[in-house]
Amino acid sequence: MKKRGNEMKQKQTAVVASQREIAPMIYDMWIETDLAENALPGQFLCVYPKDRSTLLPRPISICEVREDRAALRIVYRVAGQGTEEFSHYEKGDRVHILGTLGNGFPVEKAADKKVFLMGGGIGIPPMLQLSKALQGVTAKENIQIVVGYRDSRTFLQEDLERWGKVFPATEDGSAGTKGNVLDAVAANGLDADMIFACGPMPMLRAVKRYAQEKDIPAYISLEEHMACGVGACLGCVVKTKEIDSHSHVHNARICTDGPVFEAREVDI
Amino acid sequence: MNTQTTIAGVTFKNPVMTASGTFGSGMEYSEFVDLNQLGAVVTKGVANVPWPGNPTPRVAEVYGGMLNAIGLQNPGIDVFMERDIPFLKQYDTKIIVNVCGKTVEDYAEVVEKLGDEPAVSMLEINVSCPNVKEGAIAFGQKADALYNITQELKKHAKQPIIMKLSPNVTDITEMAKAAEAAGADALSLINTLTGMKIDIHKRCFAIANKTGGMSGPAIKPIAVRMVYQAAHAVKIPVIGMGGIATAEDAIEFILAGASAVSIGAMNFVNPYVTLEVIKGIEAYMERYHVEKLTDLIGAV
Repeated sequence: MKKRGNEMKQKQTAVVASQREIAPMIYDMWIETDLAENALPGQFLCVYPKDRSTLLPRPISICEVREDRAALRIVYRVAGQGTEEFSHYEKGDRVHILGTLGNGFPVEKAADKKVFLMGGGIGIPPMLQLSKALQGVTAKENIQIVVGYRDSRTFLQEDLERWGKVFPATEDGSAGTKGNVLDAVAANGLDADMIFACGPMPMLRAVKRYAQEKDIPAYISLEEHMACGVGACLGCVVKTKEIDSHSHVHNARICTDGPVFEAREVDI
Repeated sequence: MNTQTTIAGVTFKNPVMTASGTFGSGMEYSEFVDLNQLGAVVTKGVANVPWPGNPTPRVAEVYGGMLNAIGLQNPGIDVFMERDIPFLKQYDTKIIVNVCGKTVEDYAEVVEKLGDEPAVSMLEINVSCPNVKEGAIAFGQKADALYNITQELKKHAKQPIIMKLSPNVTDITEMAKAAEAAGADALSLINTLTGMKIDIHKRCFAIANKTGGMSGPAIKPIAVRMVYQAAHAVKIPVIGMGGIATAEDAIEFILAGASAVSIGAMNFVNPYVTLEVIKGIEAYMERYHVEKLTDLIGAV
């Protein structure tokens, strides 16, 4: 698999530039770090709680890179003890991060193509930096951002609207199309030449089926529990069609071979 | 100051090693750590053929530690010898290869192949992985089975063998003595403690294998106790491990009787931990005017 990642990984103590809650339990944190210099859309950070009872990193996708490449933005949901701790960090606080990790989305493959950027729930954040990176690669009207939320308490929608046309869906129908991202595609009569997607596994399975039906490529970003984040522990594997580079047993490592895979490559 | 330690005739520049399964073959961590500075790299378990490992989720966090049930995913000995050994040979560190198998014959095949590779200093025999159904721990929880496999592998091995013991036994000294009596050159302990975590919200097991091996700082006092017991029960050297996060932890194990130590789960938390422990041991020796590291081994 072709590497699209940054080969320079580093664990460091960085500084929180700002943090706010942008939807219930969804937090938006800017981190000042030189890791931003080479960060690519679709890559992630491992963020480490300070509480020593919670040792393992929380893999969190990069949402945005600041224009001066001196800060990274992460948008995450409070899901447990670790993310709960992160949510209390304020401007000036220290944050322990390892990055930048994984291979990003293959932006170059979208050249002059009509694309879907599909994000479901906490899979929406990486679509922001991706939509920015696609500027100039393909025309802005070709960038169709389809995002699924639980309800009308949406987030990042305004940021995304700067970089493409946004089509929201909500599970309860309180904003945009009622249903999921594929319901929004159908309701708006949309089509595309390729897909970039990140979201919960049922959504990614549906996106994979949709891409197969339409016979278009889909690059999906996967998630799994991780211990190391750097390819050593073999905790975060996904079944693959081809033999994997590490163990030759059809088990790619999501952290280092992914997290972005062409949907046909992976058995999800 | 002399930080060297010698185990079964092999001299290590310092007592800090990596625990099998937490450091791959060093490739991934070479981006963070100068492998030349390590006492040894102990590689992820390798079998005679590739093993796919267990379904996911394979890892879960627990208080002060983690559970894993990777299931010894590995590329098999042939790929390992073509790729991993040449990579490690570039570095001035000792190579200890961890060997796993389902049958004695599987282990013997790997041990034989590694015998042709002089760059491998020692073999660590994994008879204690709790996460695979066949082999591995089946040999490590009964003294007679441990005796038999140790004796058999000694016939095939060109390098000294370290038997890696499971803590999931009633009496660790019985296992240590059985391995020694069968000709083991050294012991390493502890492997992970079998644990379980249940997700009460989803009402399912946190890892697909239901049970997993627990590691991390939370298990350290158990490991120190077992290393102490084993080291006092046998004459062969013991490599201590289990939850080491700092130089102070490493020194505890050495004082308990370990001739060297391995760092495992904490590599995941802090990729620089091995080098920090090496520096910390040197600082400790300087502070207490310890001339030779070996003076600390079993010094309580």
